[in-house]
Amino acid sequence: MTLLLRLFLVASVLFLGSADAGLAQLAVRGETVYTMAGPPIKDGVVLIRGGKIDRVGRASEILGQTERFRVLTAKVVTPGLIDAHTVVGFTGYLNQKQDQDQLERSEPIQPELRAIDGYNPQERLIEWVRGFGITTIHTGHAPGELISGQTMIAKTTGRTTEDAVIVPTAMIAATLGDGATKRDKKSPGTRSKAVAMLRAQLIKAREYLKKQETTTEAEDHEDPKKGKPDRNLRLEALGHVLKGEWPLMVTVHRAHNIATTLRIAKEFKIKLVLDGAAEAYLVLDKIKAAGVPVIVHPTMMRSGHGQTENASMETAAKLHAAGIPIAMQSGYESYVPKTRIVLFETAVAAANGLPFEDALAACTINAATLLGISDRVGTLELGKDADIALYDGDPFEYTTHCIGVVINGEIVSNEPR
Amino acid sequence: MRHVFKTNMSVHPIAAGLFTIALLLNTHRSTAQDSPIALIGAEIIPIAGPVIPKGTLVTHRGEIIAVGPDGSTRIPNDAQQIDGGGKVVMPGLICTHSHLGGGWAGDSSTPIQPDVRILDSINVRDAGLQKAQAGGLTTLNVMPGSGHLLSGQTIYIKLNDGKTIEDLAIRDDNGKILGGMKMANGTNSQRDPPFPGTRAKSAALVREQLIKAQAYREKLKKAEDDPDKTPDRDLAMEGLVEVLEGRRVVHFHTHRHDDIITILRLKKEFGFRVVLHHVSEGWKVVDEIAEANVPCSIILVDSPGGKIEAMNLLFHTGSVLEKAGVLTAFHTDDGITDSRLFFRMAALGVRAGMSREKALEALTIAGAKMLDLDQRIGSLEAGKDADFIVLSGDPFSVYTKVLETYVDGNKVFDRSDPKDRLYAVGGYGASHDQSNYLCCHEDEENH
Repeated sequence: MTLLLRLFLVASVLFLGSADAGLAQLAVRGETVYTMAGPPIKDGVVLIRGGKIDRVGRASEILGQTERFRVLTAKVVTPGLIDAHTVVGFTGYLNQKQDQDQLERSEPIQPELRAIDGYNPQERLIEWVRGFGITTIHTGHAPGELISGQTMIAKTTGRTTEDAVIVPTAMIAATLGDGATKRDKKSPGTRSKAVAMLRAQLIKAREYLKKQETTTEAEDHEDPKKGKPDRNLRLEALGHVLKGEWPLMVTVHRAHNIATTLRIAKEFKIKLVLDGAAEAYLVLDKIKAAGVPVIVHPTMMRSGHGQTENASMETAAKLHAAGIPIAMQSGYESYVPKTRIVLFETAVAAANGLPFEDALAACTINAATLLGISDRVGTLELGKDADIALYDGDPFEYTTHCIGVVINGEIVSNEPR
Repeated sequence: MRHVFKTNMSVHPIAAGLFTIALLLNTHRSTAQDSPIALIGAEIIPIAGPVIPKGTLVTHRGEIIAVGPDGSTRIPNDAQQIDGGGKVVMPGLICTHSHLGGGWAGDSSTPIQPDVRILDSINVRDAGLQKAQAGGLTTLNVMPGSGHLLSGQTIYIKLNDGKTIEDLAIRDDNGKILGGMKMANGTNSQRDPPFPGTRAKSAALVREQLIKAQAYREKLKKAEDDPDKTPDRDLAMEGLVEVLEGRRVVHFHTHRHDDIITILRLKKEFGFRVVLHHVSEGWKVVDEIAEANVPCSIILVDSPGGKIEAMNLLFHTGSVLEKAGVLTAFHTDDGITDSRLFFRMAALGVRAGMSREKALEALTIAGAKMLDLDQRIGSLEAGKDADFIVLSGDPFSVYTKVLETYVDGNKVFDRSDPKDRLYAVGGYGASHDQSNYLCCHEDEENH
């Protein structure tokens, strides 16, 4: 604990300049600042004003020019990390029935389930992952049902969901392949049946959309059956998918199931995001031709048996080399550990062929782009949210510590982790 | 305590025996180490002493002949010389708690099954064993699960590419296969009757069987060699007698602070030798653990929780135990963590304050001591088994790769061989014959 104590003291010293509580501004200084919007800056500074990034540049150009700043320093400074797919806030760390809200088992297709109605912003694992530099999470309903519900995007702070949320509905979460099939004569019992059910539901939603657009109110119609249908939240949600407003994020691993997923997306002109994709390296050309991004399975995902048995630590590197947009995720864990940490998963990808800055991009700017939030987060640039992670070395090294985390300009963690 | 290994290792019958077996059942890449091999110019971490910046390791017939600095270490004339420049060499890693091989021991019939041996159910073709070699592991304690108070006998194995579990098994001088006894307390073993429903009942059931075993042992003693007085053979009691006599170490799964203390209490009462496993809340009762002089085999995972008794698991358990002077090893608990990432666990221990030295010991010699195998494995010293690994750099760096793994002088993993590389990084076919082991968990989502 001496080390922890020592690091804590170092961190405290860094904050000495902040004795003046009224100081409105914060500066984060790094021996290397990865802005992810250009080449890394040596001895760089990120200046924060009103929760947003005000200036980014060399320390010599920024510090000492204007008023006093509270200065945090670190060896390496990066944008706050983005976990492109997790279930923290839904899967409580105790793993008891009462704190597991990631998967509703009553029906196989429930796209109307809103993530914001299930998110617990004070769940302990959110704070846990935040300590490693993760400031934004794409979280929500887990894989395990054909359509398990909606996902959302949140900052890893906030007492209430309203405080935390950035995007209330980000995607609709679906699972194809073996991950959502059921036993005991329940449907879908096979992979084909799952696709048949999905197709039927999408066609229904398409009809619903058409009726809503083209017909008058039912009560005004001469044949009420042909009038505007009653509101149906399930079909409405899928309507957003059909209109391309919400991507369908499909968790799928086997190559042939990936091919099926691409087929369905093409048929319905759906904006598709592949999730997991353990065997993506077998069908790189197909994924590339479809123009679909991939949220790559956790690099250290258990791979022993079943549909993820062919997972590779090089999947991220191979997808990237093929020119397919990728982002990294912590995924979903049903047991111990209750969550992985996207920093660590990305690190192992970086150690297995994904170049360092591309790896960093896969949990910052490229994740932001994939999630459609790159106007707010993912880089250290003027006007972006002041979400910043500070490290005492290469962030990917096992023995490096995250020594500070800033979200919306507020220091939310300064305990070395 | 029984003397497991002769101190006179010049003949080294065990290693020689294993080596012969390996030769007879020659596997796809093992080569006979008829002439000595000298690895020269590598940074050597012997564990038994300070790091040698540029050293030489000489092995012959499965045994280490010499370790020392380049130049001052004698290299036999007929030695094949290998350049180790730029590489790091250290002992093969020892995992004190693994579930590889798809073996199950005790079934659901009863909570205490000391007669059941995991050796009878391990599939040595499980790709997980190859992956473990890729992670630098050379010795495992393969354990039954923790869903029982006592789930059976464990087995200590070498990852030597043998064809049957007999080839992999580590034996004593009399040819007896070595292993411990797996026990557990806390929530995993609490189930419907006849399993216990509470902690107190768990302890009561264990105590009842150990008392029975004490009586059985007394009968054996009194009977001496008189067949008329000798009790009928009872395999369960025989297993427990080995436990009572310290001939079979108890590997005790435990998480919560009070469960740890319960084990120390039982140990005091019955005098068995024990290694505490997992020890998630060990940091809360570290003084008591140190006082009892009981070793800890610990695991670090990426986050606390996943089950209630792991809610207070922290990265700094290793650091706390180190400062208290407790003998500490890491274990993979594979499939809970992947054997290919074993170094990562020790590195996370260092991240949370453990010394590099103790973290490396926790992957090697500390585990060897817990398995009573420290005279033979766990460090690079003349006379010990030639179990070693070649790394591309700092053992604690995420970027470092295990390049080669040697067991008894035979290369069992070579990253430059595409077949082996597949096991190291994964990919199509990398998990053949592998079974997922997540004890006490119905993993419906990740099937």
